[in-house]
Amino acid sequence: MIISLNWLREWIDFDLDAQELASNLTTIGLEVGSVSRVSPISPKIKVGSIRSVRPHPESDRLKICEVDIGRSRALSVVCSAKNLRPEMCVAVATPGSRLPGGEIIRITEIAGFQSSGMLCSADELELSDGSEGILELDPDTEKGIELNHHLALDDYLIDIELTPNRGDCLSVRGVAREVAAMTRTRLQGPELNRVHPTIKVKVPLMIQTPQDAPRYVGRVIEGICPQGRAPDWIRERLRRSGLRSIDTMVDITNYVMLELGQPLHAFDREKITGKVVVRHSRRNESLELLDGKKIPLLSGTLLIADSKRPIGLAGIMGGLGSGIGPETTSVMLEAAYFRPGIIAAKARAYELQTEASFRFERTVDPELQRTAIERATRLLLDVSGGRPGPVFEELDKKALPKIISIPLRRERLRRMLGQDVPAGSVTTILRSLGMTVRSKAGGWTVRPPSYRVDVRAEHDLVEEVARINGYDAVPIRSPVNVVNWASRREAKIDPDRIVDYLVDCDYQEVMTYSFIDLGTQQLLDPGEKAIALVNPIASNMSVMRTSLLPGLLQCLTTNYRRQWRRIRLFEVGNVFHGSARKQRQISRVSGVITGDLARQQWDVPGRSVDFFDLKGHVEGLFKLTGQTLDGVLEAGQHPALHPAQSAKIFKKRKTIGWIGRLHPAVQKNFSIEQPVFVFELDLNALSIWNLPAFDAISRYPVVNRDLSLVVDKGVPASAVRQAIGISAGQMLTGVSLFDIYEGDGVEKGKKSLSYGLTLQASSRNLNDQDVERIIQRILDHLKHKLGCELRTQ
Amino acid sequence: MKDNNSDPDLAGEVDEALAAIAKVVSNRELEALRVSYLGRRGSVTERLKQIGGLPPAQRKAFGQKVNEAKASILAAIKARAGQLGERVRDEELSEDAIDVSLPGRNANQGSIHPVTRSVRRIKNIFGRLGFDVADGPEIEDDFHNFGALNIPEDHPARAMHDTFYVTSDLVLRTHTSPVQVRYMKNHDLPIRVIAPGRVYRCDSDVTHTPMFNQVEGLAVGTDVAFSDLKGILIYFVREFFEQDLPVRFRPSYFPFTEPSAEVDMGCVFCDSKGCRVCQHTGWLEILGCGMVHPEVFRHVEIDSEKYTGYAFGMGIERLTMLRYAVDDLRLFFENELAFLNQFR
Repeated sequence: MIISLNWLREWIDFDLDAQELASNLTTIGLEVGSVSRVSPISPKIKVGSIRSVRPHPESDRLKICEVDIGRSRALSVVCSAKNLRPEMCVAVATPGSRLPGGEIIRITEIAGFQSSGMLCSADELELSDGSEGILELDPDTEKGIELNHHLALDDYLIDIELTPNRGDCLSVRGVAREVAAMTRTRLQGPELNRVHPTIKVKVPLMIQTPQDAPRYVGRVIEGICPQGRAPDWIRERLRRSGLRSIDTMVDITNYVMLELGQPLHAFDREKITGKVVVRHSRRNESLELLDGKKIPLLSGTLLIADSKRPIGLAGIMGGLGSGIGPETTSVMLEAAYFRPGIIAAKARAYELQTEASFRFERTVDPELQRTAIERATRLLLDVSGGRPGPVFEELDKKALPKIISIPLRRERLRRMLGQDVPAGSVTTILRSLGMTVRSKAGGWTVRPPSYRVDVRAEHDLVEEVARINGYDAVPIRSPVNVVNWASRREAKIDPDRIVDYLVDCDYQEVMTYSFIDLGTQQLLDPGEKAIALVNPIASNMSVMRTSLLPGLLQCLTTNYRRQWRRIRLFEVGNVFHGSARKQRQISRVSGVITGDLARQQWDVPGRSVDFFDLKGHVEGLFKLTGQTLDGVLEAGQHPALHPAQSAKIFKKRKTIGWIGRLHPAVQKNFSIEQPVFVFELDLNALSIWNLPAFDAISRYPVVNRDLSLVVDKGVPASAVRQAIGISAGQMLTGVSLFDIYEGDGVEKGKKSLSYGLTLQASSRNLNDQDVERIIQRILDHLKHKLGCELRTQ
Repeated sequence: MKDNNSDPDLAGEVDEALAAIAKVVSNRELEALRVSYLGRRGSVTERLKQIGGLPPAQRKAFGQKVNEAKASILAAIKARAGQLGERVRDEELSEDAIDVSLPGRNANQGSIHPVTRSVRRIKNIFGRLGFDVADGPEIEDDFHNFGALNIPEDHPARAMHDTFYVTSDLVLRTHTSPVQVRYMKNHDLPIRVIAPGRVYRCDSDVTHTPMFNQVEGLAVGTDVAFSDLKGILIYFVREFFEQDLPVRFRPSYFPFTEPSAEVDMGCVFCDSKGCRVCQHTGWLEILGCGMVHPEVFRHVEIDSEKYTGYAFGMGIERLTMLRYAVDDLRLFFENELAFLNQFR
């Protein structure tokens, strides 16, 4: 909320400049976002009154005005504006003055006539309020005074970012109350006296929903002069607070709202049929709002209606049909206390955030309505005349927020804050905030004022004491070392280790959005139905990811477009499976690689990565957990992967991961023109770590034997490896596959696999017979199981 | 009688030999010298043959002298041979010279995302203070995200959260605070925990991304006061930024804490003098915190008379931006290598 410093000073006298005030307000919890200067304009811009307007003989557009600026001789000014008329008070830039935009006004000749100055529009003075033509000033303004004085242009605007609990500060008076508490001074401000009624007219009220409208106050004012215009000081204060001047009635109700915090509404009395009824909407009702929009009414909407139809959305916006216009001479003012919840809900449902709804949802002072009506009446009578009727009211006291006495225990205060605030200070602080304070054993009983509906319990009082006393005053207790008792299992690998491993493999970690494009999701993970958002921020971020691949491939594309060719990326994060009702959040790690195996180097021949480079990285991940991929990986088909270069990883028959080359057809969608390899793994697949169990170290020599085997091409190497392991027995301590060969010397349809075997006994030397026996056993088994022969050539 | 013990001839010959040996530059020359002095017909060897012509009383002393001379020449030859050998080896080795300034092979290293980097540092700092690390669902129910945190249906604070909905009752969590609720339900007191994670708000512009990371902190015990909250957060800020920064606590409002505070730290870019980043205030807002609201305790069945607690929440991207002078939030999620590479 923007507060004019001048206006604030009308309510309270304080000895602080704008910056000091701002920092003090921030210290007590009214955070000041910015302080801006309202700069005075050139002192040579004066108030003048037009004596005469005559057409320019040479031009249809131009007029010649004689303007009285309080000197013996009137100024002659040429002007093209359309809204000029005699008696009008205007701002005159006299020769030598400088407009805020920088232009210097001189005596000039315009189409043969000497113009000794310029009549200014609001725009030219940077006082724009949306009006067109020459700025019109109050009719009786003293001629010749500086416009600076007339509009009090030396001011500061303080923009306070109020937290939603402080509805009481949404007014000049509200902020002044805080300043009063802070500086321990008293409020002053304009007299808020009752205006005695001179007529007896009332409008009958019928409140059908007292829970939602516990207090409704009204007043009729007749015989107001419809041509009136709010005075410049009101218009200027509205402008500075960010509100446009509309017409007298609206300007005055807005002014009172800004000043006291009570939203007011004015109905044209003549357009109300019968009673004013406050009720909920009925089926199929609609309402044309003041802004011209006709809306169907949602059920449960709180309405102001008359005997025939709705005439306003309570607390949000009035209806057009009952609105005041240029011909209105009789009004009914409304000031109410509406239940904040219903206003908040409906303002959001209709997407209508107005100055009124903003205040109602943050709770207005339930005791403020009469005061506000009286204040508005006073201002209206001053401006437009009229005959006020009596103030009438419907009240359901039970439905108003209750003001209760709250106990505050000294010990509790000390325990919450870790600070002993002296009893005298506590009393002074609470009283300065308008609270009634009574001391009692061990503490106080406190009754907050009606406008502090946010203060409801002891902890609220603790905060009030703390914030006014200053958070700075709370001592700083250094962290005392508390042992973290949370247990950690050794057999659970820290996900950071997985991240570090991939980083060491030259992968770059990325972080992508959890919501992705539905099309991409379906392309890469068609087997999984994604959970959709009701209100996505963009159509390509509409579903929750079921896989990390869409995000990674998007990153890959981004970087490929930026001319990176060797890319390795990974992400660790959650994917979301199941339905909205039964969703499962699964932590995963996924990686993509493409391009050269190594960065270009000075003596290493380059080659592109392939499946086995990626598989090596995944094997490395498994090894971190003391596992291997033996027996848990097999060729598999995944809709996003190359059918002949992909494998699934499983655990207890459940697929826990995939690894493979991106399917060329899928890859086309990502505009990358080199093979891409990807993996994705459930993190919990990597979480169980086999604890080391010591095996006695053999001191006997090892025997190495190489075996070259010939087997059908279709037999996976893992099957051969497994058969060797099963048949060799305990003496086999190592196996490595060191060559694979097809071609000359090997029958077509077969391949040769060469293994290096390491044999060792734990308690003796192995002799030749031992070794021969083991080798023979292996060969027999291989032949029997896989039709595998020893290579003879 | 001639004293052979001080045979100037012999001494002179030794000196001459040593000088010659020192000048030799090849093994062949050295061998020639050895032969000429110590060979079967070498000049020193020849002297031994004179021994027969000496009176018996002098023979022993003379023999000793000659042998000493032989020994010293031989030692010089060996030493010289060693030197010559080293020289040859050095020459051979210099053939193997390499340019040590060439880059090493495969010295490649990726890096963690800068947000991860901050998360790790945060976990480390709070870990030292005895904080456990917890996690929770990102698709969260209305109760945990709002209701249990004292944000009822029509509360104005809900308007501050631009919430993504999955169903009318399920949201993408708008903050990490629901983890507080879940943790309090499932753990014994006292509690010290942080919960880093992704959060979502339906908001996107220069300073907002629809997803970002927060870390929540919570401590509950019988003796936990606002002064402890100040102590722990000041410690954290100074550890995280490794500077003795000023830290200030301002009253603020969160439905789930009371008293509540926002925390500012002195601007790290201008030493609190005022600059563009801190909007010329000298302060940077970095987190929100407060004492756990009794209403929140009520929802998790903790007796707020017996226990008190504090909670805090901060945006990890913001901390990371301030730490590494990153000036655009969106860079974190664009994932350009040119950006990410800089966090090695």
